[in-house]
Amino acid sequence: MHNASLRELAAALAAKRISAVELARVFLDRIASAQPDLNAFVTLDEERTLGAAREADARIARGDHGSLTGIPIAHKDIWCASGWRTTCGSRMLANFTSPYDAHMIERLRDAGAPILGKCNMDEFAMGSSNETSFFGPVRNPWNRAFVPGGSSGGSAAAVAARLAPAATGTDTGGSIRQPAALCGVSGLKPTYGVVSRYGMVAFASSLDQGGPFGKSAEDLALLLNGMAGFDARDSTSLERVPEDYTRLLDRPIPDAPAGKPLAGLRIGLPKQYFGAGLGADVGEAVEAAIEELRKLGATTREIDLPSSDLAVPAYYVIAPAEASSNLSRFDGVRYGHRAEQYGDLIDMYCRSRAEGFGAEVKRRILIGTYVLSHGYYDAYYVQAQKIRGLIAGDFARAFRDVDVIAGPTSPSVAFPLGAKTSDPVQMYLNDIYTIPANLAGLPGLSIPSGFGERGLPVGLQLVGDYFSEAKMLGVAHQYQRATDWHRRVPPRY
Amino acid sequence: MSLQLDEVKRIAMLARIAVSDAEAAAVRDQLNDIFAMIENMQAVDTTGVEPMAHGQPVILRLREDEVTESDRHSGFQAIAPQTEAGLYLVPRVIE
Repeated sequence: MHNASLRELAAALAAKRISAVELARVFLDRIASAQPDLNAFVTLDEERTLGAAREADARIARGDHGSLTGIPIAHKDIWCASGWRTTCGSRMLANFTSPYDAHMIERLRDAGAPILGKCNMDEFAMGSSNETSFFGPVRNPWNRAFVPGGSSGGSAAAVAARLAPAATGTDTGGSIRQPAALCGVSGLKPTYGVVSRYGMVAFASSLDQGGPFGKSAEDLALLLNGMAGFDARDSTSLERVPEDYTRLLDRPIPDAPAGKPLAGLRIGLPKQYFGAGLGADVGEAVEAAIEELRKLGATTREIDLPSSDLAVPAYYVIAPAEASSNLSRFDGVRYGHRAEQYGDLIDMYCRSRAEGFGAEVKRRILIGTYVLSHGYYDAYYVQAQKIRGLIAGDFARAFRDVDVIAGPTSPSVAFPLGAKTSDPVQMYLNDIYTIPANLAGLPGLSIPSGFGERGLPVGLQLVGDYFSEAKMLGVAHQYQRATDWHRRVPPRY
Repeated sequence: MSLQLDEVKRIAMLARIAVSDAEAAAVRDQLNDIFAMIENMQAVDTTGVEPMAHGQPVILRLREDEVTESDRHSGFQAIAPQTEAGLYLVPRVIE
């Protein structure tokens, strides 16, 4: 049951071969036995999960159910869920119980999907290894001495170890795609504005975007159907006609002949994504995946994204600047950690924040405070926003000639715990291939495409034009029909 | 550029984060490494490039000027560190 696809689970629930309560129990038991090894979850609440599962069973009994009713979903602990502790991986929010639901949580609640638990993550989503969590690192199910990636490391590990049929995450600079790659699961960051940010603890608001983790592209499409939607409470939410993201799974290219389902698809390979810095093992697996796409009928050509090497520097101005502003709300007054000992009001702020935030979060707040401080705004923030414009322009030019861009998700497979914690710049370079899509606001996904050094998973990244999620998922689904990398499960699980 | 210790402490004060001298010294070297990486973008000529914040042409939505939220202050204050009579308590700021 734990390896079944969402469609198989929905069919089993509808046919009453299993109840939603039994299904939740299967995964709660798997979580309980894996939690000491993997630390993928921060909060579990069996009573709430089983209560929601009972409601789902009642809906199924009266025929009022959809494709996600009764399917328990694990959520990155950045999403506020009413009555659930929502920590964002931080001591600052270690005792914060949300009084309200995020829009995305509300949508999945309405769809009848019980909350399975809240997943561990890098503190305030700042990290690429899940090692900045106040609740300790998550371990990679493929090898527990290695990181799962981050910041949505718990969500990726939970799906990889089959502790959850599906999970949610958020992606500001690669936080869905990179851990999906490092844990060997599928993950999607939609076009910026497709999933509401209401109730997602804010990191860098102009980049933050929610999205799903699943065992396959087909599962991602079903999950995005549940998560996406306009929400007036998010000022950057896009008002669009709802779409069915599963509609192109079987035929991404409408007039392609049988046997060549990707005939006519033009894939761009950015030369900047295959140069120095890319691990040989990752490069080999990604080349093999691209060859597979060619066998399915796609054509490839090299493309130029000349501003790519500016993405990481621009990101480390924009994201910390927005974070320093967003995280100013944590002052020990209305919610969150307040220091035990303090003098005046300023001292209360300073001590509460010094105690509540970890080292990486403080570093980024300091960077952001500096680049926004008097006299530096134009030199840093405005310059970075202009570079954002250059990067978006590179993509726009590329999409005149290609339908989708393919390349590695991450320059290496998972690295050992502790390997990069003392060198922030080395850690930041993990996201060199994922950050550009965030800066441009484009959709990106990562799917398993083989294994590299030490038998650790490699991810293939696809980046598409705005709102091309359905087509990208179709391409990924066709690849997954022809390969079985996405069905590989870590041996212990 | 290279940050000095007193600059790190000034930024920390602006950010309302208490730092000891030892912490400021440790974080200074890391910040300087990060700024060295960021400086790569300063050499780029961006004359005439529009600053970008959103991939789509969005404008701020307007709504009717009416009350849309219910009074939930007791729920919201239940999670506050210190409240009294519906007010958030902080150290005295006016003598």
